[in-house]
Amino acid sequence: MGIDRRKFLTIAGLTTITTLGKKVIGNPSGGDEVVETGSKAVKRWAMAIDMKKCRQHEGCVECTRICHKIHNVPDIGNSKEEVKWIWKEDFEAAFPNQHHDLLEKEVNENSVVVLCNHCDNPPCVKVCPTKSTWKREEDGIVMMDMHRCIGCRYCIAGCPYGSRSFNWRDPRPFIEEVNPEYPTRTKGVVEKCNFCAERLADGLLPACVEICPEKALVFGNVNDPESEIRLILKSRHSIRRKPVLGTNPQIYYLV
Amino acid sequence: MYDAGKIILGILIFLILATSPFWFSKATGQADYLPDPIILTKDTPGKDLCVMPTEYMRSSHMELLNDWRNSVVRDGIRKFTSPDGKEYKKSLSNTCMDCHSNKTDFCDKCHNFMAVEEQNCWSCHVEPKEEL
Amino acid sequence: MLEKAITGDKRYWGWLAFVLLLVGTGAIAYLRQLDQGLTVTNLGRDVSWGFYIAQFTFLVGVAASAVMVVLPYYLHNFKVFSKVTILGEFLAVPSVIMCMLFIVVDMGQPFRVQNVMLYPTLNSPMFWDMISLSGYLFLNILIGYMTLSSEKKGIAPPKWIKPLIIISIPWAISIHTVTAFLYSGLAARPFWMTAVLAPRFLASAFAAGPALLILICFLVRKFTRFDAGKEAIQKLAVIATYAMCINVFLILMEIFTTFYSGMPEHMHHFEFLFVGLHGHNTLVPWMWFSSALAIVALILLLTPKFRKKEVMLGFACVAVFASIWIDKGLGMIVAGFTPTQLGDVVDYWPSLNEFLVSIGVYGVGLLIMTLLYKIIFTVRGETKPARPIEEEAMTTPTGG
Repeated sequence: MGIDRRKFLTIAGLTTITTLGKKVIGNPSGGDEVVETGSKAVKRWAMAIDMKKCRQHEGCVECTRICHKIHNVPDIGNSKEEVKWIWKEDFEAAFPNQHHDLLEKEVNENSVVVLCNHCDNPPCVKVCPTKSTWKREEDGIVMMDMHRCIGCRYCIAGCPYGSRSFNWRDPRPFIEEVNPEYPTRTKGVVEKCNFCAERLADGLLPACVEICPEKALVFGNVNDPESEIRLILKSRHSIRRKPVLGTNPQIYYLV
Repeated sequence: MYDAGKIILGILIFLILATSPFWFSKATGQADYLPDPIILTKDTPGKDLCVMPTEYMRSSHMELLNDWRNSVVRDGIRKFTSPDGKEYKKSLSNTCMDCHSNKTDFCDKCHNFMAVEEQNCWSCHVEPKEEL
Repeated sequence: MLEKAITGDKRYWGWLAFVLLLVGTGAIAYLRQLDQGLTVTNLGRDVSWGFYIAQFTFLVGVAASAVMVVLPYYLHNFKVFSKVTILGEFLAVPSVIMCMLFIVVDMGQPFRVQNVMLYPTLNSPMFWDMISLSGYLFLNILIGYMTLSSEKKGIAPPKWIKPLIIISIPWAISIHTVTAFLYSGLAARPFWMTAVLAPRFLASAFAAGPALLILICFLVRKFTRFDAGKEAIQKLAVIATYAMCINVFLILMEIFTTFYSGMPEHMHHFEFLFVGLHGHNTLVPWMWFSSALAIVALILLLTPKFRKKEVMLGFACVAVFASIWIDKGLGMIVAGFTPTQLGDVVDYWPSLNEFLVSIGVYGVGLLIMTLLYKIIFTVRGETKPARPIEEEAMTTPTGG
């Protein structure tokens, strides 16, 4: 008998722990079926916003209206707890590093449409402890899984653009007309623009793009060199919000 | 043992109380009631079968729904093919509730009988309006 | 050994009743929050972390500070700390528990907290924070229990405890570094994104922790027969002094880089804290109060004449603790969000509900600390009995 009882138990215990442990920790993505192929995403959805065209229609908030309507975004009614997916901001607030006092009047005094930038290097995804938000490999959209979100709001702390909203209270009483085809959210989870992933799955354009009366929003695949968005980016000067932070935002603003 | 009478009596009372969930409903005649969920298919011609066989749905509809949830939200796969070859969109509010449009008469009847804990689904997914 | 926590005199039970009252109040306030959501706090879209996370950040420091007594005693055989190491370890336990509770009460969906374990995300500092805090809690409970029960039995603790004690030293550093990493890796928040944040956290922890420990020693000396010893207390004071110096120095370093470079994005946060920004100056008096406390503390601590007088030392410790509680707590967290990523300034001050929930969590910490310390003192046979002297006097009415 070369081995004594204590040694045997220790080895048996360690073997069990390592085999079980591997099961628990083995797949770092938590058993999801997202395959890490390492290859470039086939599509990379992005949006170009023509600020000149948008300015033609002063006071227009059609994009906000339709997005919030079909996605059951509540109207909480105060700026502290408001939930918004797409909205208009002052140029200075949206582009703090591009603003100066001698800017042309029409830029300085008009607002700019802002939404989640669906960054290619999203800081919100980096910090989420449960992968409730992640970047889709097949098309680059930064998605939200409201079922998994624990409401820690780390993503809100990590987003440099203020694109994310938290449900501080039950949103249902604040939804004017519930769209039954899309869920609402519950209190305690974070939400944001999802690039109308459910519409894209049906071959439709995002609602904001479709409804814009000036056709100021151009949506497309920036990995396709012949797409409308690529052509327009070739022909016009474009800027992005806080590019120096390395987030690689995919909302391009045509100046 | 000391106080044998009291102790044995106490044990008996305890056993009766502890096993009450098993015999109470039968004793009070409540066990004869079975839920009878009503499936409304009058508004959905051509869809007289569920996405999966009834036996499976009875035992595992939550497994299916959880699988659909992960599949749609996390993998972006929204198409579902039933065993009898029909294609459906994976959606609780849009597909399931299309046929089972009466939550009170269908879903709630069994859930209430089985005292299923408040289902989390409905705090976000929209129940169909039940004026029909 | 655990039964020692449930035996005590009227004073002990009176104190426990008070603490339980705090816990109960907090529980009711938390139930209200569970029902209505985090709207009962004053948090909002712009300042989305506040009082709860501030307390968490501060208490991680207190928890980590146990290393300041463990390291000298176990690594360098500094016998002077022989009596206080267990005090430090059993201060770390309720501190870590309070940290975890503050995180849970801050969560929007607390019943989903297991998702952090079910879906481990190695790139998230929050995941690592959970791992390191849990590990540290386990280590301290085990080490404290083993060393104390061995002391009770009059034997040396088992050999396998030594490597665990050694591990607890870098682990203590790691819990606060990971907590700093929660903030210092966020490019979105220039106030936090500084390499000096983790060193600052550690320095302030090693000042506030020993300061608290000194105050605990004073209190304990009043209510039990336990005396840590003048030398131990003085050594703790020296540690706190050095740490506070480093802490203030690092803050001054931040101020230099911020204001000499003159970058508005960085300056705005400090301006909000110390002079107000766009008319909002909620925290200004607090920050100046914190700075004044720090200066007073340093004067008292750096002067040996004052540091050696226990009354002055007590004042200095209170000043250190309060100063750091303000600066590392609300000061740190709120200023990170103000101004916002879009340059707005939004006011924040904790609501009553937030405050009551926090009181409840502190109550839980006090409760656990009381129970653990009661075990320590009873085991060491050093609890003061309730009223022995008066009883004696009553049986000899004629005196003499």
